[in-house]
Amino acid sequence: MREDLLQRVREVMAPLVERFDLAHGMPVLTLAPGRLLETARRLKEELGFDLFLDVTAVDWPGNERRFEVVYHFYSARQRVRLRAKTRVAEGEPVVDSLVSLYGSAGYMERECHDMFGIGFRGNPDLRPVLLYEGFVGHPLRKDYPKDREQPLVPTRTREEQP
Amino acid sequence: MDPQPDSSGRTGAFEYISTRKDELVGWARKFSLFPYPFVTACCAMEFMAVSATPYDTDRFGAALPRFSPRQSDLLMVVGTITHKQAPILRKVYEQMCEPKWVMAFGACAVSGGFYQNYATLQGIDKIIPVDIYIPGCPPRPETVIDGIMKLQDRIARSKHVILTKDF
Repeated sequence: MREDLLQRVREVMAPLVERFDLAHGMPVLTLAPGRLLETARRLKEELGFDLFLDVTAVDWPGNERRFEVVYHFYSARQRVRLRAKTRVAEGEPVVDSLVSLYGSAGYMERECHDMFGIGFRGNPDLRPVLLYEGFVGHPLRKDYPKDREQPLVPTRTREEQP
Repeated sequence: MDPQPDSSGRTGAFEYISTRKDELVGWARKFSLFPYPFVTACCAMEFMAVSATPYDTDRFGAALPRFSPRQSDLLMVVGTITHKQAPILRKVYEQMCEPKWVMAFGACAVSGGFYQNYATLQGIDKIIPVDIYIPGCPPRPETVIDGIMKLQDRIARSKHVILTKDF
């Protein structure tokens, strides 16, 4: 990443973030959940991060703020990536939705809602996208048993099976 | 010496075939398998390989995939079946007319393969009956051909319910 651009990201983001790190040359912002929408808006409008790549989460069981929600942004003009991370508690795992800024965030937030049960305040459609209606729990949470299945079709009885 | 025609012009060769009715129908059916490829995953590549010229399932009369379950009699389940997809597979199976056979193609369709998690059905025989299992991840074309031939043997040897005493 170019030094002058990195410097500019650092200057603009300094008042908003808790930490500013570099991971393999990529800027990593760690911020409070309340600052998320404002940070994303300034990333898009002032720093040219015009493409929303992904939102996912990391489960840290036993941690006070259990879920780390991770965002990746890309600037097609500068050809650089940026990561933003924020932590939410298990009791109320909710962050602001970025749908108002990036339309593509809708599906990715739905997936994150499926897999980790993160709520996205302001996303109008959080129906299951990869899972199905009636699925209980969130399979990528660490406390979801790895062999727990929730079949939609009843299993054939022993008499029916060969 | 060639058979000489008799007064009515017949030669006497192949005038009559002596066979059992079940064998006759089985012989006809085993060479007219119309597969429905229910293809969901990477095994599709191996399915294409076994269908294409070098291996050529046409030799077994099983070349023409029908993409309507109502026109097919062999359901080839090729690839991983998820719990979300299981109702679709079940519906396709139920739409097929008798006689029908099911082939589990590849480790995932047989048993779930190396997936054991919230998403994967642990073998399609949990929801529909399976006639022939083809192991491998993915199976080699030779394995598939062996499976088709074993299924053909089975069809040839089985009772065919259309044959009543009045047939």
